[in-house]
Amino acid sequence: MSTTTTTPGLYDNRTAFADELIQLARTDDRIVAVCNDSVGSSNLVAFRDEFPDRLINVGIAEQNMVGVGAGLASAGYIPFVCAAGPFLTGRSLEQVKADVAYSQHPVILCGMSPGMAYGELGPTHHSVEDFSWLRALPGLDIVVPADRLQTRQAVQQAVASPRPMYIRVGRHKVPDVSPAGSVLERGHFQTLREGTDVTLIGTGTLVSRAVEAAELLAADGLSVRVLNAAYIAPLDVASIVAAAEETGAIITAEEGNVAGGLGAAVASVVSQLGRDARVPVRILGLTEFAPTGSTDFLLDHFGLTPAHLAAAARDARTNG
Amino acid sequence: MLLGTDVTQVEAWRKLQEKLTAASVTDRSALLHRRANDTRSDVVRMIDHAGQGHIGGDFSVTDILTVLFNGVLRIDPNDPQKAGRDRFVLSKGHCAAALYATLASCGYFSPDELLTFMGPLSALNGHPNRNKVPGVETNTGPLGHGLPVAVGQALAAKLAGNGARVFAVMGDGEMQEGSNWEALMTGAHYGLDNLTAVVDRNRLQQGARTEDTSSLDPLDEKLLAFGWELRIIDGHDYEQLAAAFKPSSTGKPVAVIANTTKGKGVSFIEDRVEWHHKVPSTEQVVLALEELA
Ligand SMILES: Cc1ncc(C[n+]2csc(CCOP(=O)(O)OP(=O)(O)O)c2C)c(N)n1
Repeated sequence: MSTTTTTPGLYDNRTAFADELIQLARTDDRIVAVCNDSVGSSNLVAFRDEFPDRLINVGIAEQNMVGVGAGLASAGYIPFVCAAGPFLTGRSLEQVKADVAYSQHPVILCGMSPGMAYGELGPTHHSVEDFSWLRALPGLDIVVPADRLQTRQAVQQAVASPRPMYIRVGRHKVPDVSPAGSVLERGHFQTLREGTDVTLIGTGTLVSRAVEAAELLAADGLSVRVLNAAYIAPLDVASIVAAAEETGAIITAEEGNVAGGLGAAVASVVSQLGRDARVPVRILGLTEFAPTGSTDFLLDHFGLTPAHLAAAARDARTNG
Repeated sequence: MLLGTDVTQVEAWRKLQEKLTAASVTDRSALLHRRANDTRSDVVRMIDHAGQGHIGGDFSVTDILTVLFNGVLRIDPNDPQKAGRDRFVLSKGHCAAALYATLASCGYFSPDELLTFMGPLSALNGHPNRNKVPGVETNTGPLGHGLPVAVGQALAAKLAGNGARVFAVMGDGEMQEGSNWEALMTGAHYGLDNLTAVVDRNRLQQGARTEDTSSLDPLDEKLLAFGWELRIIDGHDYEQLAAAFKPSSTGKPVAVIANTTKGKGVSFIEDRVEWHHKVPSTEQVVLALEELA
């Protein structure tokens, strides 16, 4: 089964992230970056070269890193705290909870190379629990840009926002999916395709795969709605309710564990609707620690391909 | 457990142990040097095949691993889970390739497996997994986890009164993680003289020198102040390594600062920050294997 998308250009979102950060930092000297010996892997080399004083490398010390970020934010700086997703969220979870979300210090937590971008490095290096962990923290926005445009817009919004935010900055190459001129809106899913038979909700790397799945289903004569869940928190409850009311089934797909992630959030909304409004939901994601393999291999392994999404949609429509 | 003992290889490892015991100091060092460079050659082939890996840190820790697994650790590769065995924890789990090559040389599993390193569904993940690889005592990869686990293992040996010793190896950059210093306090507080913490002091971390990132020095004074017996050695000298791994003489846990060279053994890889996880080209693989032959 082929998993690579057919769209010609594929991009590492870290490049757009670093470009936008540097551009904004040129005119806003409150912007600083904080990292954990990850200058290279966070794509901060050019930022450091241009703003050597504004790159704070605390060394391999992520709990300290998030605390330092909170301190900088509390004093009016705009810290982009950058580290590989698992160490930023997992290692520093209590700092994220107490120093960022609970204290409401407007830190921008940048989970670099999230999901299973570090394929063969294994579960310790996969950031697939971040949605589950961070969704439980009130007052923390969770943003998952699906492509370059959304990555740039997320960085802009982070600078403008008075609230703390977590951004997944993707490394696994993805095609552009956002319509030209589209705007990333806080707390809103973006509609990529209208339809009435079934809704596919993807996030991050799964968005382009959902678009491809819709094409497979359209070939069967189905009318498919595709939503890009670029904001996971705040959750776009209205879009979920509309999908339940206006289409016959909802399929979610995420590069994350299904326990408490995007699909769980969607299911929680749907399950609390009145009996007549409820629709079948299928949740695609990880269910166990990944075996050894590349990112593409693992996306296949966990059934996160266009073909699997389409099969889940057919199953939900047929079997309810 | 995905992998099982290779009895022929265990036999070869046992023969080497006999030779080492009988050998003169010079011969012993020569034998260990040969063993270590064979491990480095395995690592080169594994990383070449996988197209990724952490060659610099693999090479700096290889001599430490070689000495531990050839004469220091009381282990039985035929019975990896043997009760009361000594424990080894590679806290700098990104150097899994060096650990796998070392374990295979002892016969914990067949050396033929090494080329599956990081391949689809391989037991040999980029970071070690105890549920898949015999000889691995705990899963590592996120830095700063190994020493607390080793403290727990040393406490367990004390509680059980079984005389087992525990060794953990940390990278020097890794010592920037606060968890290590919490574990150092626990180790000293409980007087864990059966515990040895080795710092692979190659002075480089992922992106730069440790002292240009978040200084560790004076590391010696810090370790002493935390209540550990301190041994500072050349981490590529087999006799010094063996001496440093002798039991505590003070009733305190032992910290070893092993001064090493990142990339040790291959001239163009030595002491260069970019070789943290750079992958050698086809020509460089040939040159590296020549230097290690
Ligand atoms: C908690 C955590 N943060 C970051 C990393 C990414 N990382 C892997 S290796 C490494 C550098 C390690 O340097 P050092 O401990 O000195 O090891 P060595 O130089 O011996 O390879 C970093 C930052 C990680 N694995 N775990």
